[in-house]
Amino acid sequence: MSPNLKRPRKILSPPPVKGFKPYGPDLDGKPAEPVMLLFEEYEALRLCDYDMLNHHHASQAMGVSRPTFTRIYASVRQKIARAFVEGRQITVEGGKVYFDSGWYHCSSCSCYFNNPEMEQATTACPLCGSNAIGKAEGEPVSAFEVADTNDLCICPACGLELLHQPGQPCGQQTCPSCHTRMRRKGTPGCRMP
Amino acid sequence: MKIAITSTGNSPESLLDHRFGRCAFFVVYDTESGATEFIPNPHKNAEDSAGPASVQMITSRKVNKIVSGEFGAKIKETLDSMKIQLIVLRKPGITIGRIIEMLNHANE
Repeated sequence: MSPNLKRPRKILSPPPVKGFKPYGPDLDGKPAEPVMLLFEEYEALRLCDYDMLNHHHASQAMGVSRPTFTRIYASVRQKIARAFVEGRQITVEGGKVYFDSGWYHCSSCSCYFNNPEMEQATTACPLCGSNAIGKAEGEPVSAFEVADTNDLCICPACGLELLHQPGQPCGQQTCPSCHTRMRRKGTPGCRMP
Repeated sequence: MKIAITSTGNSPESLLDHRFGRCAFFVVYDTESGATEFIPNPHKNAEDSAGPASVQMITSRKVNKIVSGEFGAKIKETLDSMKIQLIVLRKPGITIGRIIEMLNHANE
């Protein structure tokens, strides 16, 4: 049996520096082998000890399971301790990671695009070359989802019907007139008035 | 620089296909030579994993950007790690020839 593929770890913000150097009289002229910190290990340390998230939330932010996150975190603690005690340099590089890139929106040709080259800022739309671009909030919404549903939410108590909003479960909506939980129209258990 | 566009047919008059993995044709447009290549998509009627399979096919041609109407859930992280830019165009009724014209303006 082949093992499961390693899931790519999501990095929200890459480190601002490439590494760290120790200093002191004992270390002059002694090039010690640096400790290699992976990007995913840096991110685990940042989420856990800088942003003060717990392992559960941090693992969700990186797109891995909680036990995997704990293993990554244990490894970074061990590596940093080794660098401190042995007076080694730390370099941050490598690892199976991807950098989460945000979405941009061009108002001239109404397209959405992302910027996978995080080091360079985008100034023009890649499609029409216009400078009328801005950050898009969230992911671009699907045009099909919105167009395809003509479903109705219905109030089981007073029979009020509202157009169903995609992505919002009917059971979480309350009727504006009598504050009963809404149901999807046409589903079993829904009393039709 | 090479740019992939998803197409519903094999001519510049055909419309942009709004699906990425199961589009009918891929158009690979080379901005330096101005050459276009139409590749039929073998994963058009695939039951599952049409997106990742199409990504493999497209990246083997060394494209830098992909224009489509919609990208599936499995696609963005793979393309992010390969530094390929995604362009999502939701306007209906836009032809391949028009997109290539727009791309030429952007690169001037």
